[in-house]
Amino acid sequence: MSEPIISTRALTKRFGDFVAVDAIDLDIQRGEIFGFLGANGAGKTTAMRMLCGLLRPTSGTARVAGFDLFTQTEAIKRSIGYMSQKFSLYDDLTVIENIRFYAGIYGLTSQQIRSKSSQLIDRLGLQHEANALVRSLPLGWKQKIAFSVAMLHDPQIVFLDEPTGGVDPVTRRQFWDMIYAAAADGITMFVTTHYMDEAEYCHRLSIMVDGRIAAMGRPYDVRTSLNARSMDDVFTMLARGATRGQD
Amino acid sequence: MVSVRGISKRYGAVQAVADVHFDVARGELFGLIGPDGAGKTSLLRIITTVLLADDGAASVDGHDVVRDYRTIRSMVGYMPGRFSLYQDLSVQENLDFFATLFGTTVEENYDLIRDIYVQLEPFKQRRAGNLSGGMKQKLALCCALIHSPTLLVLDEPTTGVDPVSRKEFWAMLRRFKEQGITTIVSTPYMDEARLCDRIALMQHGRIMQTATPDEIVAGFTTALFAARSANMYALHLDLLAHRNVESCYTFGEYLHVTLIDSSQGAVQTLSDNLLQRHPEFELISMEPTVEDCFIRMTNGVS
Repeated sequence: MSEPIISTRALTKRFGDFVAVDAIDLDIQRGEIFGFLGANGAGKTTAMRMLCGLLRPTSGTARVAGFDLFTQTEAIKRSIGYMSQKFSLYDDLTVIENIRFYAGIYGLTSQQIRSKSSQLIDRLGLQHEANALVRSLPLGWKQKIAFSVAMLHDPQIVFLDEPTGGVDPVTRRQFWDMIYAAAADGITMFVTTHYMDEAEYCHRLSIMVDGRIAAMGRPYDVRTSLNARSMDDVFTMLARGATRGQD
Repeated sequence: MVSVRGISKRYGAVQAVADVHFDVARGELFGLIGPDGAGKTSLLRIITTVLLADDGAASVDGHDVVRDYRTIRSMVGYMPGRFSLYQDLSVQENLDFFATLFGTTVEENYDLIRDIYVQLEPFKQRRAGNLSGGMKQKLALCCALIHSPTLLVLDEPTTGVDPVSRKEFWAMLRRFKEQGITTIVSTPYMDEARLCDRIALMQHGRIMQTATPDEIVAGFTTALFAARSANMYALHLDLLAHRNVESCYTFGEYLHVTLIDSSQGAVQTLSDNLLQRHPEFELISMEPTVEDCFIRMTNGVS
């Protein structure tokens, strides 16, 4: 097995006396679809912010995309993409303006921005919609564009933070087709979701409880090891054991 | 309790709500089920008198949403989708504020909020803006209940909430029902539809069907099968390519499949075909879920 694209040892984040993330160990491979599950308040967001280089860990070690999480956060930020359902594209910018804006944010040169944005428009077949406001597009298209924009700078890892929340059942499934295609191209997909059926679509997943990783493995193995009928049961069993509140 | 007749709402070129009709009976737990952009929020805002419809009429307990808006506002507890309490007031201050607005006190209706409030109490001096998502949601619900409303309107109270907290929230809604409160709740989570007395399935501003969850499921008249194998992705592609497969969608660890010909012979042929490439192929007959029904309706197959 090659070197993991994300590797952490005893990664910890404290806020005062509160241990938000408590010594987590992760090894995630290139091209893997990794589901990052947990109840609200379990520490998922804090862990994810650390892995994106946005929050400095208190202790432990970690490498993301080949860079050290303590000393090379800028290099990490250039190697990752991020998308969430809550915030992805600017509704009051056109499709092409959104693409150029994000390309700029991700630090592409103006020449790269020109070529990348026309490539993207062609690939998604959006020639007629390039100058339309994002607001006017159907949700499924927005999702597709947002996902492609998050990969504009050829990242090695894409963090998908509840990418399908509130999305209709058909579009939600089409979105997972895109996740599979990107993973098959070798891009690592790090996904959070509250849909337990989607947990089944991940190659591997972890479930966080009280800042720790309470279970990790292939969906089938996690289910059978806990004698659970469904992922929903697994989640309920583990999360009900939580001792800390959601404060 | 609530009557909606031909309500429409347009924002520029976007038809947010299109000729919607439904009734909610007294004491009912009624669900508006649909994805983002289906028109749920606009509809709830019209019922709670904070948005005017372009067309149609709606009433709450016989009061018209336009003419009698003041009466309705005193009867309705509304929890908007976006957190709309005062972030820089404490938990206690928010509760007192909303109680005062409705001319009551926290003590007067404490029974109604007790179960939720005990969980908030340890943080009652904390500013609302510094609460976690789950706690903010509980505080918003307390504020919506503080004047003992006859109608509770909740706009996506469980969006972004983990499965365990969602279950607890729905248990709470059942308890309100036992206390005689009529509730309209919107949600994009299809699995929550089962927990309502009746539901309306919404998409693109329209209601596709209004019925009890059992009736909705009974309307799925085609045989539904669940399929699985070792390589689910390959199985999905192979099923979609099979001449007898009408639809195939991922549903967690299974694929849900409908067939053009569901006769015993045709099902056997399908199984034989698939077993050649998938030795672990398994096909079982199953009951449809509300999500199966929703997908079928949005695809125009019925």
